[in-house]
Amino acid sequence: MAPPAPILQMSGICKEFPGVKALSGVDFRLLPGEVHALMGENGAGKSTLIKVLTGVYAIDGGRITLEGEDVAFTGPLQSQQAGISTVYQEVNLCANLSVAENIFIGREPRRLGRIQWKRMRRRATELLAGLDLDIDVSAPLSSYSLAVQQMVAIARAVDISARVLILDEPTSSLDSGEVEQLFRVMRRLKAEGIAILFVSHFLDQIYEISDRMTILRNGSLVGEYLTSELGQVELVGKMIGRELADLEKLEDRPPARTSEPLVEAEALGRGGAIEPFTLTVHKGEVVGLAGLLGSGRTEIARLLFGADHASTGALRIDGEPVTLRTPRLAMNRGIAFCSENRRAEGLVPDLTVRENIVLALQAMRGWSRPIPRRTQDELVDKYVAALNIRPADPDQLVRNLSGGNQQKVLLARWLILEPRLLILDEPTRGIDVGAKAEIQRLVAELSDGGMAVLFVSAELEEVLRLSHKVAVLRDRRLVAELPNDDGLTTGVIMETIASGGRS
Amino acid sequence: MTALVRHRLFWPAAVLVLLLAANVAFTPGFLSIEMKDGHLYGSLIDIFRFGAPLILVAIGMTLVIATGGIDLSVGSVVAISGALACLHISGLPDQNDVGGVLAAVGLALGLALVLGAWNGFLVAGVGIQPIIATLIIMVAGRGLAQLITDGQIVTVNSDSYKLIGGGYWLTLPFGILIVLAVLALTAFLTRRLALGLLVESIGGNATASRLAGIRSRGLTVAVYAFCALCAGIAGLMISSNVSSADGNNAGLWIELDAILAVVIGGTSLMGGRFSLGGTVLGALVIQTLTTTIYSIGIPPETTLLFKALVVTVVCLVQSSAFREKVFQRRGRRRPAAPRATDDEKVEVPA
Repeated sequence: MAPPAPILQMSGICKEFPGVKALSGVDFRLLPGEVHALMGENGAGKSTLIKVLTGVYAIDGGRITLEGEDVAFTGPLQSQQAGISTVYQEVNLCANLSVAENIFIGREPRRLGRIQWKRMRRRATELLAGLDLDIDVSAPLSSYSLAVQQMVAIARAVDISARVLILDEPTSSLDSGEVEQLFRVMRRLKAEGIAILFVSHFLDQIYEISDRMTILRNGSLVGEYLTSELGQVELVGKMIGRELADLEKLEDRPPARTSEPLVEAEALGRGGAIEPFTLTVHKGEVVGLAGLLGSGRTEIARLLFGADHASTGALRIDGEPVTLRTPRLAMNRGIAFCSENRRAEGLVPDLTVRENIVLALQAMRGWSRPIPRRTQDELVDKYVAALNIRPADPDQLVRNLSGGNQQKVLLARWLILEPRLLILDEPTRGIDVGAKAEIQRLVAELSDGGMAVLFVSAELEEVLRLSHKVAVLRDRRLVAELPNDDGLTTGVIMETIASGGRS
Repeated sequence: MTALVRHRLFWPAAVLVLLLAANVAFTPGFLSIEMKDGHLYGSLIDIFRFGAPLILVAIGMTLVIATGGIDLSVGSVVAISGALACLHISGLPDQNDVGGVLAAVGLALGLALVLGAWNGFLVAGVGIQPIIATLIIMVAGRGLAQLITDGQIVTVNSDSYKLIGGGYWLTLPFGILIVLAVLALTAFLTRRLALGLLVESIGGNATASRLAGIRSRGLTVAVYAFCALCAGIAGLMISSNVSSADGNNAGLWIELDAILAVVIGGTSLMGGRFSLGGTVLGALVIQTLTTTIYSIGIPPETTLLFKALVVTVVCLVQSSAFREKVFQRRGRRRPAAPRATDDEKVEVPA
């Protein structure tokens, strides 16, 4: 059967930013009634392509046709009116308004200027029922989980106009049950003939939901494939442009050498954040923190870095009791902390790559002892090359970099301090497989070099692959500490989380 | 050429040139500078000389704004510093005594530093919003200045004090030299040393800066203190120029002009990146505008309106979003048009 005519066709799309060629000659098409995955590493041009499509950016070359007609959007509103709706990773609705208000904001059903609340609520309920969602639409949006909020966003998008629905990493903060729910909704919309553009870093999800995929690399088109005809290994190879063998090399981790303890937390805790826990990190050891979202992983990391104050317990570094009142004191002791929230707590977007990288070192030296420009250049060049930061331009503003490259800039900031304990909170979240493998390999190398690493990640495989021991958290309590021997599998960790360490 | 137009200081500079050109049109000898009694004279020199207090205040304001704050109290600090210095000098047995005048200057600047540190403490230590924290001294400071001068205008008759705001040194007005010195010092501290990077980081992302180990509290206090110090020097200049201290009117509304100068100079009120050169340019634009108003004979009752109009235009012209909307409306449609290739039929949108 010949495929139906594409509802959306982009051809020869070019987009250039100062100093960066974000897209060059990219073709892309969307058929009605399909889920089409847009794949590529960070910085490959996925976000740019979406922003071009939704009119956030104007294109420098190429053409976009929607249902056979040339279109040129000058803003998201225009593209929405033409039938292209986008739901972003961070839900952009008003959490303080009710579900129904969110769905109909700006287009409330009115009579004589008065809003017909009853009708609005009834319509909202119907809409959500269409997505298999039975919730109280008069309750504030904030009272529902992120997954439900996302459904509400989708319901709104679909109701407005959608013939084309763009889902930009909708699953990155959802748990597996919620992902299933989202996928049910996606399949239903697909059956109604809506074309869905889906972006996700989770390969399993791509294979579960998508029909076809378009792969980008470095702003250029690699190709369009049927999902059923392209294996995972091939896909990854096409995305990163080299073989996956690099990823596998890590499999055999050397056992942790027994060495003296570096950081010892004894009954350390903070009211309302984390119950008192006892944890020892040895020199050169990688300690993984596993647990669900909100289980207290980040809270432990923040306590050990002095970002929050402990209300109970004691902390010893090199056997010496210390109180970490500020991050600066922790830094003086050789502790570094890469926050999971790189945009809010990590980078200064208006500063350049260079400035962001040297920031912590400069803070340590104080304002009166500037780092000589030559030293700066050496350090920055070294880490831009070592971490493969792209574009490799130290004077580029960090805000212009893609997520994965921003993460690397943040990592570089801490690595130039040569810390003794590096705390990494979700360093691989939202970044592609290539960068992920690079960061994982880096962690392994650092620990081989004697650096202790506290590795926080929601991905159990990753924790398991890197750590010498795994501390398991549940409900803000450290429930178990498991040595990473042959018997430890993700299954064991999950059981430990589920059972709360009672066995 | 496009690189020049894209330079972030192009538009304020263009406005300044335009204002000067307007002056030349009305007063042909406007740009001439001549030597009289070993001093340089001319309208350009006057702009620098009368603009000196504003430039000083604006330099301090730039750093405060770069941290993401704002300082409304500078006008009051100007008044307090002038009042205290004049009060001290008027009590001297010999008003020309250099030691006594220096003590007065030290006293005034010391108090300015204390007031600035207080502002910084309220902002960084207590966590009050900068606009509210500095409003306290903006209002109370006028009262303090009145208290110092006992509600009177204190006049002094001191040649040594007169030097600061009205004297000459090396053919140049002394005030200009002070400005150059403060400017050089600030540039050194912020760009040669790392103060600028840390301040921009605090203004750009305070949470991230804390987690990067920057001691933002101390830096913020220092920046507010420095801003008040600049205002204090400006206060000495203003009172010295007229040999008297008027607690009510000295430095009145100078905080608004200073904020305006900073903004015209391209520093965002949100904090982060700042430009000292831009601020100086901005202050010169404002001072030149004031001069222009007098020289082209705008009726006094409409000067404020005229000034407001010009400032509005300056701010609009500087905004790239506005320029794009107004000047390049046709240009913007172009990228949307499909690329024409020979072998393809192309529809051109109407």
